[in-house]
Amino acid sequence: MDNLDSLTSEALNEIEQAPDIPGLEQLRVQYLGKKGSLTELLKSLGKLDPEERPKAGAAINAAKVKVQEALEARKTTLSAEETASKQTAEAVDVTLPGRRQSAGGLHPVTKTLQRIENIFSSVGFDVVQGPEIEDDYHNFEALNIPEHHPAKAMHDTFYFDSGLLLRTHTSTVQVREMENGEAPFRFICPGRVYRCDSDITHTPMFHQVEGLLVDEQVTMADLKGLLVEFLQVFFEADLEVRFRPSYFPFTEPSAEIDMQCVSCKGEGCRVCSQTGWLEVGGCGMVHPNVLRYSNVDPEKYTGFAFGMGVDRLAMLRYQINDLRLLFDNDLRFLRQFSEGRT
Amino acid sequence: MKFSEQWLREWVSPDLDTQALVEQLTMAGLEVDSVSSAAIDFSDVYVGEVVQVDAHPDADKLKVCLVSDGSQQYQVVCGAPNVAVGQKVPFAKVGAVLGLDFKIKKAKLRGVESQGMICSEEELGLAEQSDGIMELPTDAETGLDVRQYLQLNDALIEVDLTPNRGDCLSITGIAREVGVLNKLPVSSPAIEAVQATIDETLPITLDSPADCPRYLGRIIRNIDTGAVSPLWLQEKLRRSGIKCIDPVVDVTNYVLMELGQPMHAFDFEKLDGGINVRQAKKKEKLTLLDGKEVELTSGTLVIADNKKCLAIAGVMGGLDSSVTPATKQLFLESAFFSPTTIAGKARSYGLQTDAAHRYERGVDFNLPGIAMERATQLLLDIVGGEAGPVVEAVDNLPERKTVTLREERIGRVLGIELSKSDVEAYLTGLGLEIVEKGEGCWTFNVPSWRFDIAIEEDLIEELARIYGYDNLPVTEPLSRFSLKPNKETSVGLTELREQLVALGYQEVITYSFVERQMETLLGTEESGMLPLANPISQELSVMRTSLWSGLLKTLQHNHHRQQNRVRLFESGLVFNHINNKLEQIPKVASIIWGDQLPEQWGTQNQAVDFFDIKGDVEALLSLTLAKADFSFKAAEHPALQSGQTAQVLRGDHSIGWIGALSPAIQQHIDIPGKIYLMELDLNAVMPAELPVYSELSRFPSIRRDLAMVVDVAQETAAIEALIRQQAGELLQDLVIFDVYQGQNIEITKKSLALGLTFQHPSRTLADEDINPIIDSCINVLESQFNAKLRM
Repeated sequence: MDNLDSLTSEALNEIEQAPDIPGLEQLRVQYLGKKGSLTELLKSLGKLDPEERPKAGAAINAAKVKVQEALEARKTTLSAEETASKQTAEAVDVTLPGRRQSAGGLHPVTKTLQRIENIFSSVGFDVVQGPEIEDDYHNFEALNIPEHHPAKAMHDTFYFDSGLLLRTHTSTVQVREMENGEAPFRFICPGRVYRCDSDITHTPMFHQVEGLLVDEQVTMADLKGLLVEFLQVFFEADLEVRFRPSYFPFTEPSAEIDMQCVSCKGEGCRVCSQTGWLEVGGCGMVHPNVLRYSNVDPEKYTGFAFGMGVDRLAMLRYQINDLRLLFDNDLRFLRQFSEGRT
Repeated sequence: MKFSEQWLREWVSPDLDTQALVEQLTMAGLEVDSVSSAAIDFSDVYVGEVVQVDAHPDADKLKVCLVSDGSQQYQVVCGAPNVAVGQKVPFAKVGAVLGLDFKIKKAKLRGVESQGMICSEEELGLAEQSDGIMELPTDAETGLDVRQYLQLNDALIEVDLTPNRGDCLSITGIAREVGVLNKLPVSSPAIEAVQATIDETLPITLDSPADCPRYLGRIIRNIDTGAVSPLWLQEKLRRSGIKCIDPVVDVTNYVLMELGQPMHAFDFEKLDGGINVRQAKKKEKLTLLDGKEVELTSGTLVIADNKKCLAIAGVMGGLDSSVTPATKQLFLESAFFSPTTIAGKARSYGLQTDAAHRYERGVDFNLPGIAMERATQLLLDIVGGEAGPVVEAVDNLPERKTVTLREERIGRVLGIELSKSDVEAYLTGLGLEIVEKGEGCWTFNVPSWRFDIAIEEDLIEELARIYGYDNLPVTEPLSRFSLKPNKETSVGLTELREQLVALGYQEVITYSFVERQMETLLGTEESGMLPLANPISQELSVMRTSLWSGLLKTLQHNHHRQQNRVRLFESGLVFNHINNKLEQIPKVASIIWGDQLPEQWGTQNQAVDFFDIKGDVEALLSLTLAKADFSFKAAEHPALQSGQTAQVLRGDHSIGWIGALSPAIQQHIDIPGKIYLMELDLNAVMPAELPVYSELSRFPSIRRDLAMVVDVAQETAAIEALIRQQAGELLQDLVIFDVYQGQNIEITKKSLALGLTFQHPSRTLADEDINPIIDSCINVLESQFNAKLRM
């Protein structure tokens, strides 16, 4: 029994020095295994006097517990070290870019159109579409625009030899919807429109959104209310909006919609030509002749219509300073709306 | 229209500064485009009198003048050729500042001292350029400040009028508006009939009274050819943006600006017999005032005499009968032409004239007589002469309209209540007359100058305008709310776009009209072209029949800007013109070029191929949950490369194309590397299936892999279909996980590695269940496709 203490301290020492978990396991077998030295000591108890046996047994068992605990403690330490070194080995540079397909993106005009559609859909406006090659009737006559009228000349229409034309405004869809439906009406019609004009501020194709609300109690005050709210919601700003008398053959009264310049907040800047105001569209109460053309009784129903330039709204919203960028489709430009500026 | 604020204020002068006046006009629908000054800023310029002019001792072109300001004389060196003793001139004293920084200092010119400057119109900002110094009228009071003398503290206001407001194309019209907006009376110059001093007349015939219902003419004899227009007239015209020409033309232009009546003066001696207002004859020719000879088209109304055509009515006079500096005998015209007759005429001859601009918008049909008297009086005052009696021909004059306004309707449309007295004040202020007053309604007579008022709403608009659009209340529309049908079995454009964006595509928007050559290359037949009659350019001259031309052009644009990898899509209408039938079909199309993935570390990158674009199309179509509906069939397309082209089918219907761009087009657009395209018919893609749940099996699945060697040309889809059919319901999944050609395989063969997954809904499958299925699959593949199991 003399060597119990030395055996124990030798075991504890070796455990402390064990380099890894297999080494530790070897030590466990060496001391505590079936043929381990401490186990052997227990087996040798029989050779002792019966009075000495309990005391000696207790001492050996205590030593075994001690070694056992040391083994476990060492194992915990070793396995923590092992995990740590494995993690170190597997560590990556988290600042390296991720692996992926490139980011796609929507055109800023589409983003703007979707935003407009969402805002109007949220209060129950339908979104409707129509043909882009139109006849004179739907583009002009049904909208109360007479032949040879200066207002018609101002449209700069693209024609085909057949007499058909490219629609100059989305108001055509308004006519088609009213022809085919029954009042009340509540819809917007976004889409491409065409005018034979091309310079810094005009492209021969651009986008408009037309809106129509026809019901039994619709007034010009409602028109103001809806458009003021729309512009404030669209630009997420408490902008001033003013309505200026104007002329469109298909509305009466007619108004231009001017919005406080988003760039200078009405102070006057380059964007608004120092006026503090931006023209964003036209509107008015639907002309009774237009209602009649579409078989809507103007005595029973009143309504308003409005049209806005989508490209202009997109430019103002995203601070795009050149209209032509929208249709150049330069990826360096387009990516600013999907990946942001680099 | 541009006018002088001062001139307007002679008629009506509200207590508003220029800016407030401009704001008021704009908010009343007469949009002010610009405001400019009548002259540049300058100070210390006085009316001077040239009292002596001597030659400069050392310079031929300079003169040494003595200029008096009434109290003192100054020696001034002047280079103008027209300086002369006795002239009244604008004289800038030493210390005067012209414009921003032109300071007049004491100076020596070629050794002679000069104490100031005699100014030209250009130097005072009164003209774009001038040839010499400005001569003031000899009765100008010497020593007076020139700004004061010329009343230069004036704003020039340019209004951009809408085409319905032809009545505001004159001082009269603007003043009428300003009067009613400010509740002020408007004072107009008194115009009285001029007594004839000769009795000579020309007979007038109206051959086309519907086009010209009223024509007035008057002869004025023996005018003074040496007369010049007085300064006040010149200044008013200048400030209206009208060039002074000679007194006769200046007077007609003045009346045009003042009253809005276009007038014309003929050289009476060039006329043969009476005036006839008639339609142009076939092939009739006329040399216009601007020197251009035109062949008159049918539907053109002309002023003619017994022998020839003199002028295009309401548009422009002819050169031969026009007044010249030598003209002594005048025939003055003042007429009403129907707006629809004049509309578009000037433009059809490539002209743009003040007269046509007004006539096509409508000129007051009761104005010609008044204007004739006004012009006659001014002419007699300025050029003298003897006026004959006015001859008037009238036939078919338009009637003044009456319009009824219901009080209740005002509220219905505008959402306001207006007092009866306001309604009456507003409308009578604009020249309407109350014909009848009923219970809650009025009937008004519309003035002869308002061509835009015909119905009740027109009156309501006038009320809103005068009341002020800004003063109308702002309310939220009332509406019943009802839920709309909401279809789930349809894939919307929004979802397709989102999917494409998720697949790494950038959306573009290109013009719907494209280059004809590209359309031809893409396979559009000449008969299928839909050309614009008036294209903006050759590059944008025919309607697109596919979205590919726009995508290819955009690819090219970006390729030229060093982009080396492009994935684009567009959606929109294409225009098919087949057998004279027009179809406008919504499509979605995409293009890929460059590497599969953006340049990055840690991936094996390679150039895109057919299966990249096909995979993207499959991903799009999978949105419909109707995968089994779709198939791809090898086919030929003029724009695509043979052997790498497939038609996309839904059932038996072709719904689109995918493939590699044909080598010919590739060469044309000059881009290296393969380009892949797809285009789908949106309406055919959209129908979708509603997902329906089917029971999940709780039992394990078994996978078996097969490698089959088949002919290289053997289409895999057929093999797939045959296996699915043969394997029956237990087959849950079938993947093709490898296609191999090369070593150990005959050169005409390929090896397909197929993974088959089986599962039973209610029990665990054993080998005995699967083996017979696999064997039968191998058997049919062997017998039908001459396939061999690869060992």
